[in-house]
Parts: sequence; structure tokens; C-alpha cells
Amino acid sequence: MADRRSETVIRVRGLRNQFGQHVVHDQLDLDVYRGEIIGVVGGSGTGKSVLLRSITGLQKPAAGTIEVLGVEMTNADDETRHKLSLRWGVMFQDGALFSSLTVRENVEVPLRSVTGLSPEIRRALADLKIAMVGLEYHAGDKYPSELSGGMRKRAGLARALALDPEIVFLDEPTAGLDPIGASAFDDLIGKLSKSLGLTVFLVTHDLDTLYSVCDRVAVLANRTVLATGTLGDMNKVDDPWVKEYFGGPRSRAALSSSANALSSSGDDG
Amino acid sequence: MDTPIEVQHGKAGSDDVLTVLLRGKLTVETVTSLRPGLMSLEPGRKLVVDLADVTRLDTAGGWLLCDLRLRLAEAGKQLEISNAAEQARSIIETVKTAMPDPGEQAVSGFSVRARLAAIGMSVSAGIALVVELTGYLGIIVHRFFRTLRHPGEFRMTALVAHCEDVGFRAVPIVALMAFLIGVVLAFQGSAQLQQFGAEVFVVDLIAISILRELGILLTAIIVAGRTASAFTAAIGSMKMREEIDAMQTLGLDPPTVLFLPRVLALLLMLPILGLIANLMGLLGGALMAWIDLGISPMMFQARLLEGTDVSHLFVGMVKAPVFAVIIGVIGCHAGMRVGGNAESLGRMTSNAVVTAIFAVIVADALFSIFFAQIGL
Repeated sequence: MADRRSETVIRVRGLRNQFGQHVVHDQLDLDVYRGEIIGVVGGSGTGKSVLLRSITGLQKPAAGTIEVLGVEMTNADDETRHKLSLRWGVMFQDGALFSSLTVRENVEVPLRSVTGLSPEIRRALADLKIAMVGLEYHAGDKYPSELSGGMRKRAGLARALALDPEIVFLDEPTAGLDPIGASAFDDLIGKLSKSLGLTVFLVTHDLDTLYSVCDRVAVLANRTVLATGTLGDMNKVDDPWVKEYFGGPRSRAALSSSANALSSSGDDG
Repeated sequence: MDTPIEVQHGKAGSDDVLTVLLRGKLTVETVTSLRPGLMSLEPGRKLVVDLADVTRLDTAGGWLLCDLRLRLAEAGKQLEISNAAEQARSIIETVKTAMPDPGEQAVSGFSVRARLAAIGMSVSAGIALVVELTGYLGIIVHRFFRTLRHPGEFRMTALVAHCEDVGFRAVPIVALMAFLIGVVLAFQGSAQLQQFGAEVFVVDLIAISILRELGILLTAIIVAGRTASAFTAAIGSMKMREEIDAMQTLGLDPPTVLFLPRVLALLLMLPILGLIANLMGLLGGALMAWIDLGISPMMFQARLLEGTDVSHLFVGMVKAPVFAVIIGVIGCHAGMRVGGNAESLGRMTSNAVVTAIFAVIVADALFSIFFAQIGL
């Protein structure tokens, strides 16, 4: 694990975001290392999604630097940004699939930017990505409106994974899913991250997700990153919000259920 | 640079076991160029793919190898992957378990049967639409009589608000449109009638065509575009956000609350708008006749009163309430057919406009036949 952690793929320094008079982030620092799954948590309105949007270049920060895969985002030209965007994938909350295209065509969209890829192989690769996220073959022919919320999220993930990105950004991957669907999605993220060597940056509210897949947690509060570290480290953080969040009844329930899952999977093996 | 594929034949010159050395990147950029070379290989029994010199392998590369394995397996041959890096092995393993099974392919292409079925389906959908619209009309009429008995249920504020929206705010566009139509009619008519020295009949031409047909028809078309779409969008977005379901659970009746004020507002406003259109059309025609033909406003008025029967105005205005009901019912009905997504809202809104305009023109044609038959 130590060697995987050596390389920093996202380095945020002194980030400041504000909307008019309302300051969302101030002096925010964050490092994300290659191959890890980092979960960003925080109360409503602490700017978790704004952070994700800043890193992916959808939101221009008021100050600070953001370095992704060695590229300084804030002063990169369009060409560099475009090249960089092919090296990451973003899954938005409800999948954000293009509603006029079928699922397969949605997954093919990023593949179209690869020069010299034949349509036949492009289609096959799209089918492969659809299968990899656990959707059945015929889901590829359907339109986003014909899919359930969970299937749309999976299809969104398939599109994010289309070009084998190095970093995947997930915005609330399990929001709105039933517990079974949510835990299946957690498993999927963990499995794909491990087998494809993905770095996963996920914004979540779901404590189960934190306990079951995240290597590290970053807590956003008071306009900055209050604490980062493993879940074990969170118990040592002396902050009322962190204590409440990780020491509350829901957190304890999630912890015990993930411990049960670990011990039962240990029995299987 | 070395060639990306190097074929090494098996020992003792036999092609029983074929070894292929791949070099460089095995990624989404290179699969298209590598695939024909790999697919054309004809090993006797087994193909060994050596990945020792592969610098990078992604899922596309994994797919290439797994696809090759499936094709070889179909021919009863084997594929062995050797010297793969740990990461590459993990990717190939993931791809192998995920390889999609297309199952039976959907039959594509058009058959005569499918076309006939599609025609039949759209005909029955059209009939179903007419039946549904009639149902909506029935519901609205029923609610109208019920609110007559229970006036307390009626939403006066909503009616006034809709009247403002449907009627008052449409006055400028309707007036301008009618004025320009009057101008155009006078201009075109004078050009033709001048050839026979019958310029003065341009007054009859303008008066009859505007009062009888154009004034109310064009007003209805503008209102259909403006109001049917607004009704569909308003009711549809409420449907989309489950507000209509919420209404029902609170004991409110959607037809009484939503449809009735809208249709009544149209019923009250469309005749007024039609009248405004008639006046503005005549004004535009009179102005153009004055400028172009020198028919003074006095002469225009005299000729109008003398040559044009009041029945023309009646024939025009009697259509207004019918058009109003058609537009209102189609707008409300389309709104209720909106599904759970924004796409269907957009589709139903444009559907409502097209259907409303079409229905208005059909109704106008039926009126023409009717009035011709009764000799008005």
C-alpha cells in the first residue's frame, strides 16, 4: 500500500471559492494519492460538490491552485484541459446521461474522441463497459428514461469508465438507491478500483459507503478540510461535528454492519 | 520502432503452438490496428500471447485478448497469456468475467408487416386520442355544472389570473398580426382588382375574408401556439413533480382546480381577442386602401356598411367558443400525459401546439361546410 500512496494525483492548495459574498471554501488544502478511494464528507452546504466541480474545472476558483495529474488546472489552456479530461471520468448524481441517446451510445460518446477506433470495436468496448458495471446486455439498447435510478447511475459510471481513466469522480454515488442497490454499488466501486487501479474521489453522505470502500476520508467543515485520514483516525479528531458524525447511532450501525460483512466474507474465503 | 506484433513459430517448425510477441501499448488507441493481425493468426492448437514487452494495457487491450480467446475457443483452440504484469493480469481477469454475451441479436430492418403494424398502431393511437379528448371535454363540462351548483368550489382568482394571461397579454400580438393581415389583403387585393377597375370591391374582399375567416382563425392559431403550450407546460410540470397526485390526496379535484379556470378563461377571452383582431384587420385594410387606392376612410366605412352583411361577423364569431374549447382541452390533456421526465414535457408541449392548431383548422373546415350547407 505504501508505494501506491507515494504519488499525489490531485493536489489542492489554498483553494478559495465564493459566490458573491458567500465564501464556500477558504484556504482549503487536499491531497489525493494514486490508487486510493477517498471519501469527501461534510454537512449540507459545506461545498462538497463545489470542491468536485472545482477540481474537474467546472467551477473557476477565486484563488488557490489545483494540480491534477501534474497539470496546474487554473492556468492550463483549453488544449491541455481537454487532454486532461480524457484521463478522468465523472459520474454525476443522477448519471447525467444524454437523454436522446441510448445507454450504449452514451458510453460511446467519450470513445468517439479516440482517433482510429473502428465503429465495430467502439460498440464492443461500450458493451464491455456496460457489462463491467453490472448491467445486462439489453440495457445498452434502452434510453435513460427507461432505466431505474440505480441502473442510470451504473450507466453513468460506465460512461465515466469508457476511456479507462486514472481518476474517477463520483458525486453521491449511492444517493437515492435502496440499501441493497447501494451496497451493490459500493462493492462495484471497490472491485473496479482495485482491478483497474483507479483513483476514486467520491462525495457522499452514505456512511455505509465510507465504511465499506473508502481508504481515506476527508471531512469538509468551516470552509476547509477539517481532517483527513482513515476512519480510525476520525475517532481521534477533536471536533464536535466530526464526533457527532462518526460517533452517532447511524455511524455505529454502519460500522457494525461493515464489520459483519468483513467477517462473513472472511468465512467464505 | 519495433513492429508491434512479432510471430514466432513453434519449435520444430510446426504451427501447432504459435507464439506472438506484442510490444508497446495495448490500449484503446492501438486495438483497431492490432486486431486484424491477431485475428488472422491460424495456430494449430494453441496461441501464446507474450505480453512481456507491453508497456500499458487497458480494458480495450483486455477486451482484444478476451475476444481473441472466445474466437479461438469457438474453433476448439486455446489461448495462453504469458508474462503479463500484475496490473495487466488483473485487468484481463476483470474483462474476462465481464465479457458481454450478446445473446440473440434483435432483428433489425423493416418488413412490410412491421410497417403495416406501425400504420395500424398510429391510426388506433389517433382514435384513442380523440376518445380521450372527448372524455376530457366531458369531465370539464361535468365540473362546470357541478361548480354552478356549488359556487364555493370555484376559483375566481385563478380564472382572473388566467384571463389576464390568456387574453390581456395576447392583445398586442393578436392586434399586430390582424393589422398586418389587413394591410396584406388590401395590398394584394388592390393589385388584382385594379386590372378590372373594380378597386372599390377591395373593401368587400377585406371585410368578408377578415370577419368570416381570417380574423378568428388566425387569432385561434396564435392562441393555440401561445396558450396550449403554456397549459401543457404548467400542468405537465405539476404532473412531473407529483403535485397533481398531492392535490388528489389533499381532496382537491384537478379538473376543477386546473382545467376549468383555464378553459373558461379561454372561452371568455378568445371571442374578445377575435373581435380585436377583426377591428384591427379592418383598420389595417382601410389604411392600406387609403394609401394605395385612395379610398378614403369615409368611403371605406360607407362601402363596408352597405356591402357587408352582419351575418359575416356572426359566422366568424360563432366559431370562437368552439376553438377556445378545442385549444383548452388539448392543452390540459397534453399536460396530463406528461411522464416523469423533462423530455416528455418538451415533447408533449410541442405535441399540444401541433394538435391544437391542426384541430382548429379541421374545425374551421367543418364550419365552412356547415355554413355553406345552411346558406349563410
